Amino acid sequence: MPSEMPNGTSVSVQGRTSAAERVFKRILAGLKANGFSTEDIFAVHLGLEEAFINAVRHGNKSNPNKKVNITFDIKPDKAEICLQDQGEGFNPDSIPDPTSPDNIFKIGGRGLFLIRSYMDATNFNDKGNRICMVKYNSKTRENSSKKRASK
Amino acid sequence: MAAIKPDISVQYTDSANVVTFLKEKILEEKDIRRLEESIFPVIERSENIHLVLDFSNVQFLSSSVLGLLLKISKKIYERNSRLALCNINPKIYEIFKITRLNKIFEIYEDIDSAVQGLSAPQQDV
Repeated sequence: MPSEMPNGTSVSVQGRTSAAERVFKRILAGLKANGFSTEDIFAVHLGLEEAFINAVRHGNKSNPNKKVNITFDIKPDKAEICLQDQGEGFNPDSIPDPTSPDNIFKIGGRGLFLIRSYMDATNFNDKGNRICMVKYNSKTRENSSKKRASK
Repeated sequence: MAAIKPDISVQYTDSANVVTFLKEKILEEKDIRRLEESIFPVIERSENIHLVLDFSNVQFLSSSVLGLLLKISKKIYERNSRLALCNINPKIYEIFKITRLNKIFEIYEDIDSAVQGLSAPQQDV
């Protein structure tokens, strides 16, 4: 499970500004530099975008004065990213399954489902205004399981 | 003054209108709104003409795009027409699979097969 907050870089941004774009680019470049696969990078990119959209739209109610704090720590074996908004928080268990027949035609409600599908671990603080996500480097995971199998 | 880049290109044919997304990434709410404002008039202008959405330039999208596609499909079906998607790259197709929307939309490999598929009678999903 993801730890409370990763020990890494922390940046606060107000909506999708060029500052936010720079943070996203830095995270994705960090994954590449640490040898994450293009599939892993796509997964983290999607998780990050969906979490950011949720934080701005649902958390901060698109209030341009409210900030989203992004904390990230990228190591060769895993990436940890947390996003905290300044909203009231929500209960992540209250979000219905968007793939069920009752919800499949609904316009929204797929962001968190995609985050959970693409990231290896996801958790929230008690208030529900901070999401922490972990993605393991599939290449290093593969190598360590090969090593274990050959022992 | 900087030139405004269009978000879509439209090809009108007798059997289907083909809308090609021109952006590589479709993420932001304002992008979605602009697409909606560009695509809806194409649908409204053509009664009983099917619509093909071509994703050949799209490398990345957010779940908001899925919502837009559902809105478009509703509008299309209300006008007794059909919607097809095509040229979706494998990583993006995976998003459709995970959300099970690959079972909802008619998805084809390329524009030609989409146009051909839409001119054939509809299969029950």
